[in-house]
Amino acid sequence: MKLNIHIPEPTKPIPDIRTGEGLLQWLSTVDHKLIGIMYLCTALFFFVLGFGEALMMRIQLMRPLNNFLSPEAYNQIFTTHGTNMIFLVLTPMLLGFATYSLPLMIGANEMAFPRLNAFSYWIFLLGGLILYASFFAGGMPNVGWFSYAPLSERFFSSTKGVDYWVISLLLMGIGSVGAALNFVVTTLTMRTKGILMNQLPLFVWMVFINSFLILAAFPVLNAALFMILIDRQFDAHFFVSATGGSPVMWQHLFWGFGHPEVYILALPAFGMVSEVIPVFSRKPIFGYEFIAASSVAIMLLSFGVWAHHMFAVGLGTTFNAFFAASSMLIAVPTGIKIFNWIATMWGGSVQLKTAMLFALALVVNFTIGGLSGVGFSLVPVDWRLTDTYFVVAHIHYVLIGGSLTGGFAAAYYWFPKITGRMLSEKIGKWHFWLYFIGFNCTFFVFHFLGLLGMPRRVYTYPDLPYLGTLNLFSTISACVFGISFILFFWNIFYSLRHGKIAGNNPWNAWTLEWLTSSPPQQKNFEKVPLVRSRRPLWDMLHPEDPDWKRENKNKIKKKGNE
Amino acid sequence: MNKNRILMFFFVGSESFFFLALIISYIYFSHTGGVLSESSHYLDIKRTGIFTIALLSSSITIFLADVSLKRLNRKAHRIWLAATIILGLIFILGQTTEYLKLYKLNFTISKNVFGSAFFTLTGFHGLHVLIGLLVLLIVLIMINNGKFKTIEHTAFSSAAIYWHFVDAVWIVVFSVVYLGALI
Repeated sequence: MKLNIHIPEPTKPIPDIRTGEGLLQWLSTVDHKLIGIMYLCTALFFFVLGFGEALMMRIQLMRPLNNFLSPEAYNQIFTTHGTNMIFLVLTPMLLGFATYSLPLMIGANEMAFPRLNAFSYWIFLLGGLILYASFFAGGMPNVGWFSYAPLSERFFSSTKGVDYWVISLLLMGIGSVGAALNFVVTTLTMRTKGILMNQLPLFVWMVFINSFLILAAFPVLNAALFMILIDRQFDAHFFVSATGGSPVMWQHLFWGFGHPEVYILALPAFGMVSEVIPVFSRKPIFGYEFIAASSVAIMLLSFGVWAHHMFAVGLGTTFNAFFAASSMLIAVPTGIKIFNWIATMWGGSVQLKTAMLFALALVVNFTIGGLSGVGFSLVPVDWRLTDTYFVVAHIHYVLIGGSLTGGFAAAYYWFPKITGRMLSEKIGKWHFWLYFIGFNCTFFVFHFLGLLGMPRRVYTYPDLPYLGTLNLFSTISACVFGISFILFFWNIFYSLRHGKIAGNNPWNAWTLEWLTSSPPQQKNFEKVPLVRSRRPLWDMLHPEDPDWKRENKNKIKKKGNE
Repeated sequence: MNKNRILMFFFVGSESFFFLALIISYIYFSHTGGVLSESSHYLDIKRTGIFTIALLSSSITIFLADVSLKRLNRKAHRIWLAATIILGLIFILGQTTEYLKLYKLNFTISKNVFGSAFFTLTGFHGLHVLIGLLVLLIVLIMINNGKFKTIEHTAFSSAAIYWHFVDAVWIVVFSVVYLGALI
């Protein structure tokens, strides 16, 4: 069979999806910009679903002994919510920004493998849809986003939910590995003339490092997923304790992937704020080398901390002590970045645009999430708090306070480049404050709920002192949090029609993506000047005082001192 | 270095983590619950050893194919490539007959945890060999149709990287599964 549809090359930077031709151009595109936009739209779409699930849980937990949701429904909803938010919202958001911006930032016209890029996106989307297909096949997965064995074995979970979950994650894993391969090779081979590895924008560095994490972590998950699928479909015994299997092995393999995954979601967000903070402080980033090198340290260390998720298993004191120490150690390179960002702002002329506000929120909220994380590395603390709402608070502070907030900073920062129009600052400020207040009020009380002993993943709770009040407060705050997202959607909708025309470089930024038009034409750049420093656009605009001259002077000085 | 080759290097690097997880699981599961001693006598080391030699020599033939392509000796290239495919097929044939024999002896993936680990590890390796064979076959057909110009040289040498990787994994798997059972 031969498909003989002629699809003309798009003439507009963003084809109109309402025409048949435009739709086909979207479906068949291998352009990194369009694929990046599709990733981002996918993230928004699944975000609506995931947030709806979260709201249903909050309504159920609004008061003690509520019966808005049945226990069975609640199990399915929290599992789908977790999987959805991690794999279908944060991952495509980060991959989307990277796919869109990485080639632009290194002065390339395409990714190294455009067709692999399209393949990665579509197989990723297929995986996402398969997760929700389980709803029509007799029930969503209901065993939590880390599917602990033997609960996830067929004996305990006889519906097809877990099988769909496994296949969905396998497909998304293949997509992520494909994307990561593409990022690595693109960074290595597609850089424009003159740009050295130590002159790459930090976002590119973070995506580059992150890709190695993906390449090493996802295959481990895939192996574990295949094993549980073989257990369920072919009666194998990997994780069935009754017949000699080992449920603990599932935990080792899952967290062997799962902890690097946390950094897979965090590092690109760190990269985003490392772009945003210097631009809105009107100062070059402080300690570029430290940010890049500490991320390499995070990448390596993140493979040696997985068992801090397993302190309650009873692996022995030596084992626990090792992982407690390594978990404390990994906080150091993360802390270094916080100080880098603060030092970048120090003495700069800080402009509190919405993008900058979100970047600042990341610094604050990720620090809170990081600190509760260091708390967990103390084994007795972990024993007391594991599987309580304290853990739920921690994961939300890291993933929303870190990754999602970074994503919003990037959205406000790059929206003008992607669409050619500015997002409204007025709606943006409202969005930010409702987001910041709503988020902190919803999730900070989870710390207290956890300390009071409220277990996670239980559909209701008894009427004990404070529990009802704190939960009601959290639910009301979640509604405020929800309104902030409605404002964001309204902002996109409004600004696409009425937003201020952006121009090439609305923020006076210094990296190469701001050199081309907004939105960029199909061919990103007609001509890229020779890059000689980390801030090529600064050099272009300030020929009297370019960065590379100063760097040369410093080098000569250093040599003189030696 | 060419981007196709870089891609393939990182891809096999990523794949090696997949096999690492499977091999670690195999080692763990084959030593728990005393299933190794009651199951290892199912493995025919000599027979598999012969097929192992076939797979390992295919690494040499594909190296020779690569060399002859670089010297633009197209005829030798085709012959060595065909030899590689035949050696790979012999290996797959050996594995298939081994599986059939084991199933006749009622040693299956669901028999015990050793069976689960054994069939999963060797099965995934076999799948990788099959994919490698498919890739090499496509390359061979393209050469025969004259679609392969010198420019696409890296397409072949990238496929060769993958084939070497599949071989290297088998060396580890054979050592762990078959030679390890001797200890």
